[in-house]
Amino acid sequence: MMEAELFVAWFEEAARQVRDNRDRLTRLDAAIGDADHGTNIDRGLTEVLKELAESAPRSPGEVLTTAGATLIRRVGGASGPLYGSLFRQMGKTLESPVTLARFAGAFEEGVVAVERLGKATMGDKTMVDALIPASRALALAVRDGVDVRRALDQAARAAAEGAKTTIPLQARKGRASYLGERSIGHEDPGAASAALFMAALAAVAT
Amino acid sequence: MVGVVLVSHSAGLAAETVALARGIAGEDVPVAAAGGTWEGGLGTSVDVIEAAVRGVDQGDGVVLIPDLGSSVLTARLLEDAGRVVVADVPFVEGAIAAAVTAGAGSPLAEVLAAAEEARTYRKL
Repeated sequence: MMEAELFVAWFEEAARQVRDNRDRLTRLDAAIGDADHGTNIDRGLTEVLKELAESAPRSPGEVLTTAGATLIRRVGGASGPLYGSLFRQMGKTLESPVTLARFAGAFEEGVVAVERLGKATMGDKTMVDALIPASRALALAVRDGVDVRRALDQAARAAAEGAKTTIPLQARKGRASYLGERSIGHEDPGAASAALFMAALAAVAT
Repeated sequence: MVGVVLVSHSAGLAAETVALARGIAGEDVPVAAAGGTWEGGLGTSVDVIEAAVRGVDQGDGVVLIPDLGSSVLTARLLEDAGRVVVADVPFVEGAIAAAVTAGAGSPLAEVLAAAEEARTYRKL
């Protein structure tokens, strides 16, 4: 069972991991973007934590929709609407009590919302390249009856591997796509931050 | 009249494009700028866009014209079929085509179509 506290802890841990990795994200974004990804997400998550503390949502779904709405309103770059849609859609779909199967289903819906908004698919060198493998790992874990902790570990690993697969790709979406072939050889910062989100969830579930 | 909202990363770019569109289409046309973040920086804000939509909404619908990147993503979050639509068009040409057509009293679908025609305009 996954309680609301676990989801609040997820955002606290994500904020910590993003802050620890802010310079790395900014470096990745400086190579093929406008060098604001680390700062944008860091600030967005600070706002999320403030909002969660003030509104004290009670269900996991409410925690996620609150976080999503805050990211949409408070991040001025593309990561705001994209991560915002991910969490808002996840929150709208997620029913309590939250089982791994319900979480995996809601996560998949959230990823579909991101794909639809950004019109990105696997291989476009975006956060989708980390999110889809994570979603698939969760679905497999549900099918195999794996426990929550191991399932989230597998999802985190799949997201990290997915982020690495963006290195040789040429960007087809986002600002990096203007660089054409020059985007090859760099890890996509959105995929890297998506991997951090999944690592944060795995970390708090243990 | 159909309202038009110009969504840009830059408050200055959005405001000046509104001035240009009004200068060509007429001062009565409801065209509003939604540029920059809520703090005045470069970027996009759903709150700034929503406020602009409210300002130009006369009940006949609103066309959003984003420049690029997060402007497009944020504008798409506000899509509301038949009421608020996003035009996939060049920023300046689309803004002027939409403003002129809106000023002529055309319905939402025609204003959107006029803006979208701007994508194929040749300059030479």
